[in-house]
Amino acid sequence: MALLEVKDLSRAFGGLQAVNKVSFSVKKDTIKALIGPNGAGKTTLFNLVSGMLPPDSGSIIFNGEPVHGFPPYRTASKGIARTFQHVKLFPRMTALENVMIGRHTHSKAEFIPCMLSLPWTWREEKQIRVKSLEIMGFLGISAFAGNEAASLAYGQQRIVELARALACEPALLLLDEPAAGLNMRETAEIARLITKIKEMGVTVLIVEHDMSLVMDISDEIIVLSYGEKIADDVPLAIQRNSEVIRIYLGEEDA
Amino acid sequence: MNFHKYLPIAALISAVIAIQLLTYFTGSAYMLTQLTMSAYYSLVIIGLCILMGYAGQISLGHAGFFAIGGYISAFLTTCNLLPYRSHSLVSLFSKAGLLNMSEDLYGGQALHFHPWAACVMAVLFTIIAAYCIGGPVLKLKGHYLAMATLGFGIIVYRIVLGTSFFGAADGLSDVPSFVIFPGLEVSGKSSVRIQNYYIASGLVIAGVIILLNLINSRIGRALRAIHGAEDAAGAMGVNTAKYKLHTFVLSAVFASIAGVLLTHYNGGIGPSEASVMKSVRYVAIVAIGGMANLWGALLMGFLLNFLSLRGYFGSFDDAVFGSILIIIMLFAPEGLLHKNSFRGIKKIFSHTTKEEGQA
Ligand SMILES: Nc1ncnc2c1ncn2[C@@H]1O[C@H](COP(=O)(O)OP(=O)(O)OP(=O)(O)O)[C@@H](O)[C@H]1O
Ligand SMILES: [Mg+2]
Repeated sequence: MALLEVKDLSRAFGGLQAVNKVSFSVKKDTIKALIGPNGAGKTTLFNLVSGMLPPDSGSIIFNGEPVHGFPPYRTASKGIARTFQHVKLFPRMTALENVMIGRHTHSKAEFIPCMLSLPWTWREEKQIRVKSLEIMGFLGISAFAGNEAASLAYGQQRIVELARALACEPALLLLDEPAAGLNMRETAEIARLITKIKEMGVTVLIVEHDMSLVMDISDEIIVLSYGEKIADDVPLAIQRNSEVIRIYLGEEDA
Repeated sequence: MNFHKYLPIAALISAVIAIQLLTYFTGSAYMLTQLTMSAYYSLVIIGLCILMGYAGQISLGHAGFFAIGGYISAFLTTCNLLPYRSHSLVSLFSKAGLLNMSEDLYGGQALHFHPWAACVMAVLFTIIAAYCIGGPVLKLKGHYLAMATLGFGIIVYRIVLGTSFFGAADGLSDVPSFVIFPGLEVSGKSSVRIQNYYIASGLVIAGVIILLNLINSRIGRALRAIHGAEDAAGAMGVNTAKYKLHTFVLSAVFASIAGVLLTHYNGGIGPSEASVMKSVRYVAIVAIGGMANLWGALLMGFLLNFLSLRGYFGSFDDAVFGSILIIIMLFAPEGLLHKNSFRGIKKIFSHTTKEEGQA
């Protein structure tokens, strides 16, 4: 059974049909890529799946349960975590604190226990810290755990954001252009990390413009153009798909 | 656990005691009155500091919550229920032990709510009001939120000003003292001046401890995340709407409790406590205290209210707080006593030297 099952999903902005009757599924323990020209509706699709935008119509089934129309905090607690195309860290918090927010869905101290500083909340806080440091170690960013997020280099911020999403221990991880703005060495590092994350048992849906990265790591690829799905296949077949070639070459001609 | 995090609390307690001893030995015990009042206002300030500085949500209506607390408790403890004692509701209150009988100067009897009952009802009503207002209004951001909360403050002000049983322009007076338990009462009588200074300060200390605990917890981190990037916080599983609302209600409760107790301390409350200028003053003090800096807010809350109550600002009282707000917004929008503004100042001085070094 597929982990994520999207059916006839649509979303318009005014007269613009940003996502138009898109259906696809993501199998468990795979990396699926979502590609397409600028403005194809990739980020909008991510916003729909993560609950940041409600769809106009269609359904999103995650783990056998409908999640369309859920607010983001509920899709997160169901096990969908994401990163953003334009890095969205909490700028005034340290890298570690950013990652600790990722543990929110796995901890439960609410206002009253926190205000009274009940002993069990300290234990929970300690677990949050230990687990977050462990994830930062896994991604090799422990060195700047104590640095303010806004002070980090762009490439480091991307990895902190990845660590924050991983801290949710998601079943499905949505990565929106994780390699955008990174140099070649950093891109290779991100590719290595994403494969490692898949091996941990996290299913990945990734939007990316870097074709060699996409072809390297993904098991399946969906192509989106003007909000519509053009193709959905394994990388080799996508590379040979005439429609896809036309879209990408046509774009280069323009 | 880390006890060093309670060191500042120990320092605060020492400061409270030192101030009292200072007034005692310099023969200026009369100042304890203004110090006590400043302490109650500080309670409003620290509550608002959590909402503004940490959760990043402004409220220009907190004088409204202060007034709701003060007015409800003043009304319930002064309105005479004796003529209605046969009414079933009144006898129900009486059976529940919520009422008490008092005698006025001329031997006339009166039946009122006990201050404890009035206090609980005032705070409960504040909670309900804060939920009803905060629910819809906190969906707004930035100046829209400021406008909406300002609107709430104005409504409360017009209500207390225009309602005869709230005393209209005169407000309510003859509010009895609040006997917390025998031997401890919130009252303006000079015989219990020292006691009241410690009650108010004790409450502030308790408030600071509770809020520090909150700040240094999972919830405090989530609030700062909402402040930093609300949609990212949501995507990480933080129920942003709920947390903003709970913080709003919490800060309203702080304002309300301050309103209740200051009203008993002063023996009355007037519509100026509900005025928009009071809300602006609270916001200005949180801003000058450093926004996300509970200690700065507390210090400034104590100091500026004290100076204002002692009349140091003369007839420019409101103008002083207005100017503070303008100056802060222009030069240090993150607040004056904020680590980043010190860094900003340092940057100004270190900038040139650094660039020269690189060149
Ligand atoms: N919140 C919004 N309001 C209005 N229009 C929007 C909104 N979000 C996206 N759009 C529009 O929807 C279309 C799809 O945008 P989207 O960001 O999903 O594209 P994308 O495939 O992620 O592109 P890119 O590769 O540039 O990131 C674009 O035309 C965009 O202008
Ligand atoms: Mg995009």
